[in-house]
Amino acid sequence: MKHKSVTAKQERWGWLFLMPATILICIMSFYPIIQALFTSFKTGSSANMKWAQPIVYNYTRMFSDKLFMRSVGNTFLYLIIQVPIMLIFAILLAQLLNNRDLKFRGLFRTCVFLPCATALVSYSLIFKSLFATQGLINSILQGLHITSSNINFLGTAWTAKMVIILALIWRWTGYNMVFYLAGLQGIEYSVYEAAKIDGANGWKTFWNITVPLLRPTIIMTFIMSINGTLQLFDESVNLTAGGPANSTITMSHYIYNNSFGQGVANFGYASAMSFFVFILVAILAAINLKVGDTRD
Amino acid sequence: MTEYKNRSMIQRRLIPSYIFLTIVSFISVFPLYWMITAATNKSVDVARGKIVFGGYLMENWARLNQLQDLGGAMRNSFVYALVQTILALFICSLAGFGFELYHDKKKDFLFGVLLMAMMVPGVATMIPLFKMMSKLGFLNTVWGFMLPGISTPFLIMMFRQNSRNFPIDIMEAARIDGLSEVQIFFRMYLPVMKATYAAAAVITFMNAWNAYLWPRVIMTDKKAQTMPMLIANLAAGYTIDYGVLMLGVLFCSIPTMIIFFVLQKQFTEGITGAVK
Repeated sequence: MKHKSVTAKQERWGWLFLMPATILICIMSFYPIIQALFTSFKTGSSANMKWAQPIVYNYTRMFSDKLFMRSVGNTFLYLIIQVPIMLIFAILLAQLLNNRDLKFRGLFRTCVFLPCATALVSYSLIFKSLFATQGLINSILQGLHITSSNINFLGTAWTAKMVIILALIWRWTGYNMVFYLAGLQGIEYSVYEAAKIDGANGWKTFWNITVPLLRPTIIMTFIMSINGTLQLFDESVNLTAGGPANSTITMSHYIYNNSFGQGVANFGYASAMSFFVFILVAILAAINLKVGDTRD
Repeated sequence: MTEYKNRSMIQRRLIPSYIFLTIVSFISVFPLYWMITAATNKSVDVARGKIVFGGYLMENWARLNQLQDLGGAMRNSFVYALVQTILALFICSLAGFGFELYHDKKKDFLFGVLLMAMMVPGVATMIPLFKMMSKLGFLNTVWGFMLPGISTPFLIMMFRQNSRNFPIDIMEAARIDGLSEVQIFFRMYLPVMKATYAAAAVITFMNAWNAYLWPRVIMTDKKAQTMPMLIANLAAGYTIDYGVLMLGVLFCSIPTMIIFFVLQKQFTEGITGAVK
């Protein structure tokens, strides 16, 4: 519409500008994912791979592999428990921090947001140390006489899972809050003042104004969080090393172990599993588009 | 008088909010405070639950340097992250500029196709990319590190969205004045989009600095390892020296912490950048 005067020469320049990025994405994303699909139908070590017999061997193996199924189960457990808790916390915090009468808003926001400044490996190691058998959390629990002996948090399956979930909530709540704060700034403050005059209390305003108006943002953060959780790797490797006895291992971690772990280069099988992850993420993206379309 | 009363009543009603926010802030900050104190303490004291600063920093520092090549990993991480940031900004802003200011139906379609790369998970491409990089001889090099990360749909979209406000009439005027398209990009687009570049730089640098899965795949030589890999190695042993480990974590966090505190506005914009 506004570009009616673009001449053929300018047109060519336009294409030239976006070529480097386009070529790179094709080589670094599209080509490898097609390669991964081919590799997923092969077996053998990386040097001499052959087509699998039968061709879907890696895929049938995957669904009867108890360990892979466990890694899928773990990933979904983290997802189901962690994502809703984190997002509710994030909305709540954003709502509280959006109150103009509140003092020290900037300070509170910075504090809650601060965990985002740490690398995933860093915070995994911090939590690993805090929850070690001889770690600070055990010292505190005993100091307060809540427990009488050291709890092996990371050596017990269900507590290790809880620590991972806690760590994830700690790291990502502030991150999601930022999106909600940005979303809330788009809502006219007068809406809230009107609600206050009408006598709506904080809880009512939260459910009847904040949540509906933030719906697009909530959907987006929800999808982002699911996407991130499906690809969890750093935490599983560094916080629990997948243990005890692989009870906390995630899909990405198991795929890594099968492809670049000690002494194994099971590229065919790993590719099949990684293609499974890709399909999950793609389904998610499709749902995202569907939901995104109807949000108006 | 009534206004004053009103105000103090509002503040009184906010007391639960203050309490809640203080607790959450404490929980958010405490692990990082603890990390810093632990770096100055002996491992046994850390394990015993000491949460104040100690005098063991120099010993931890000496031990850390004895165990790992800290300087080397810091340098690697800086070089990798810096090169990736500069190239990513150049390539993605050029694409954003092209997609938005020269847009037509075909380019819009191509943009839609490129966006699909967003849903390709890193774990699915790492094996083919590893093979590709080793064939090209890019293992343990900055090329291998950054090539998969310098053209991302997220950054292209961010530049494209933010180019919406670019004054298109000025471009016409510049063309009449005889500026070429390349000159328009460098002399007009770049300065006008400074804020977007800053936000994009912060988020790209942070992501590159913190990356773990991909570096772990292609940096097979210990000399090429990054900071996150170094601290992960520190924790991989059977017995962990917590003081030394936390000092390593502290070093890994210093650059990102500085960026966070100095450029928090740009960081926030970088995160929410493409979703306006």
